[in-house]
Amino acid sequence: MQENQKHLREAAEKLLSDKKVDVIIGYERGTLPLRTRPVFIREPDETKKLVWNSRCENNLSFYLKTAKGKVGIVAKGCDARSIVGLIKERQVKREDIFIIGVPCPGIIDRKKIEDTLEGRDLQEGVESDSQVILKGEGFEEKADKDKLLHSSCTTCTHRNPVLYDTLIGKEIPEPKMDEYSDVEEFSSKKDNERWTYFNDETSRCIRCYACRNACPSCYCPQCFVDQSLPTWFGRTPHPSDTLIFHMIRTLHTAGRCVDCGTCSRVCPMNVELQILNKKAEKDVKELYGYEVGTNLEELPPMATFKIDDPQEFIK
Amino acid sequence: MKEGQTVDTEKAGWEPRIIAFLCNWCSYAGADLAGISRLQYPPNVRVIRVPCSGRVNPYFIIKSLQHGVDGVLVSGCHPGDCHYINGNLVARRRFAIFKSILEFMGVEKGRVQFSWISAAEGERFSQVIKEVTEEIKALGPGKRFVKEI
Ligand code: SF4
Ligand code: SF4
Ligand code: SF4
Repeated sequence: MQENQKHLREAAEKLLSDKKVDVIIGYERGTLPLRTRPVFIREPDETKKLVWNSRCENNLSFYLKTAKGKVGIVAKGCDARSIVGLIKERQVKREDIFIIGVPCPGIIDRKKIEDTLEGRDLQEGVESDSQVILKGEGFEEKADKDKLLHSSCTTCTHRNPVLYDTLIGKEIPEPKMDEYSDVEEFSSKKDNERWTYFNDETSRCIRCYACRNACPSCYCPQCFVDQSLPTWFGRTPHPSDTLIFHMIRTLHTAGRCVDCGTCSRVCPMNVELQILNKKAEKDVKELYGYEVGTNLEELPPMATFKIDDPQEFIK
Repeated sequence: MKEGQTVDTEKAGWEPRIIAFLCNWCSYAGADLAGISRLQYPPNVRVIRVPCSGRVNPYFIIKSLQHGVDGVLVSGCHPGDCHYINGNLVARRRFAIFKSILEFMGVEKGRVQFSWISAAEGERFSQVIKEVTEEIKALGPGKRFVKEI
């Protein structure tokens, strides 16, 4: 990690001083312990601000749509897949970006850290390769990083960026696992149980739309929930309206969502609907053999069709 | 009502309300043919004519459920017969994911259905409507996504 951070800064400095890019989007230290935040760097000597660690949680591809000029961007495995999607959907031009790929061993879920702290104040956090040391008034404890990983990261099989112009450090091995075992387990529950789960989760939703606003795939100038002619769905926190918002968002991101987990991380109410996104991801993979964001050639699955697509569900 | 029981027996005599989105060129003409041929089918369906099954936005379906209909049927031309060449094929992918997500969220299988019915299939139209009505009757009144205020 430390090594990669050093390489990252060097690479960024070189890119800026060679005038290969106008700006670099990366991460810098946040104001709270164990937090990072996005940073936009334009001067070579500012590159020492850049950090790379297990708390670089934002999906930076989000900023590509508004960035001007030639943009260098730090991209983890999932970010790179989002970038591939954005290029395919013609939201960014390949030649306008320079991807600084970083193999990613997984991001720590700060909500899991909060759980570990049980209300105690975190004053300092130090990260090593496998552990995090949490310090505060009257306590200092160690936690294994493995146990703190975000749920999207525990089932991620694309840790290495699929597309990059330069790679920081070495590729890391991709884990072999059934990435959809949680979806299958959930599917095996009864209708009622699943319905109750989604109702419980969305009952906390305050319709702040942070999940939509932070998602790199949700870039519509006018979202369906904001439309007023016609007003499709109510903007009330009524359970039906809220459920529908989340359901339709899942449909809109089907075949485009890379399971980066940003939407669940930004939620102020801890609404956890990642399973819904994963279900859509699994469906497009099984039905249409499409793996989101893994190549630049294939058309997005919902923008195309084949004459022999499965249709068992049609009478 | 007991747990696991979907039909509210207290509401005996209840009849489902079903919305059918039929494409102008095939399924709607199929329904016409059924009518002209004096074929009987349950009166539970309310037909909405749309230009093509590809015109059916999932919003239409979910909005229908939100308003409290008990079932939705979307019907279009058989693959290869679409008046707009491939509107039904685009729709097929969209509905496949929609139906899968709907059922994953806990909506009963069969609440929302899809079919291909051509303009020549009057007989088949009445058959499909019978089947769909029976299946939705067995599920009982639609409750999920209904917006009660
Ligand atoms: S829906 Fe959520 S997990 Fe999927 S791409 Fe958007 S932010 Fe990431
Ligand atoms: S939820 Fe749908 S309409 Fe709204 S921004 Fe996302 S993709 Fe666009
Ligand atoms: S971020 Fe959370 S509370 Fe806000 S709209 Fe999304 S799910 Fe609801």
